[in-house]
Amino acid sequence: MKLRTPALILVASCALGAAGWAGLTPIHADSREQLFEIPKGTWARRMAGDPVEILPKEIRLTLGVRDVLVLRNLDDVPQTFGPTVLMPGQSFRLPFAVASDYQFACTAHASGQMTILVEPFPATPWARLGWRVRELLKAT
Amino acid sequence: MKALGLSLLFLAGAASASQDAALKAGVFDPPRTAPDFSLRGSDGAELRLSHYRGKVVILAFGFTSCTEVCPTTLATLAAAHEKLGAQRDRVQVVYVTVDPERDDPARMRKYLGGFDPTFVGGTGTDEQLAAVRRDFGITATRKTSGDSYSFSHSSYTYLIDRAGLLRALMPYGQTPDDYVHDLRILLEP
Repeated sequence: MKLRTPALILVASCALGAAGWAGLTPIHADSREQLFEIPKGTWARRMAGDPVEILPKEIRLTLGVRDVLVLRNLDDVPQTFGPTVLMPGQSFRLPFAVASDYQFACTAHASGQMTILVEPFPATPWARLGWRVRELLKAT
Repeated sequence: MKALGLSLLFLAGAASASQDAALKAGVFDPPRTAPDFSLRGSDGAELRLSHYRGKVVILAFGFTSCTEVCPTTLATLAAAHEKLGAQRDRVQVVYVTVDPERDDPARMRKYLGGFDPTFVGGTGTDEQLAAVRRDFGITATRKTSGDSYSFSHSSYTYLIDRAGLLRALMPYGQTPDDYVHDLRILLEP
């Protein structure tokens, strides 16, 4: 019992320190772009019956951190990608300036719908902590 | 001569790239030529996209019975057009219907005239309009409700530059000022 108490205090201190860092350190992103690419050969795979999913049904972006959606078609044929048609080698770059839910028709999904959820800039310690936790969960 | 041509092409591309970086709309890189079409215009004449080369075209899709998206978009476009002032004559709004059953040229002319009499509508056969939608990646799903029907359709607009290149896509809900901002960039020499 005596041995466990210092260990618990150490773990709690580390957790508190990490939470403090996550809440107080300003968020910085190297790139504000969230990139999705259609790989070469996607059309051939779909024709062969493979239901290739490239875009998630919901994309979450954050103003001021990652608020630019970039779609790129690396395949050899035109593709309906997100809201629009992209020619081979063409990309589409859409910046967002207002936090909101954006609904796009998208034939790549069975629902025919794609949602882009743009969240406000995490300006408060709690918002920064929440954003970092979500990013961590996404990465794992 | 060839080197001069290549230099001019490079400069035009560089100018286009710097313009695109400043746009509030989503931009295509590289831009492709907007697919041309031939429809019946609300003004009674043939409506061809290529007819408007030299102007910036805002291309919208919808139907005159639409109660949600279209009135908002067209009101936004009318306000933006008004705000352009002297430059308004260099911008053309083209509105293509997804509902040829109800939207004949006369009905479209009356409907669009309520927003801005310079707006031009386009209608045609089911096949013609389906081809235009396919070329531009537009979706339109008919929804029946009792004796009536409506459409769920793509709500964004396309911005086509004076050379006929499909430059950008403006999502639904942008303000007239956002349009004016981008249109002024696309009207720059």
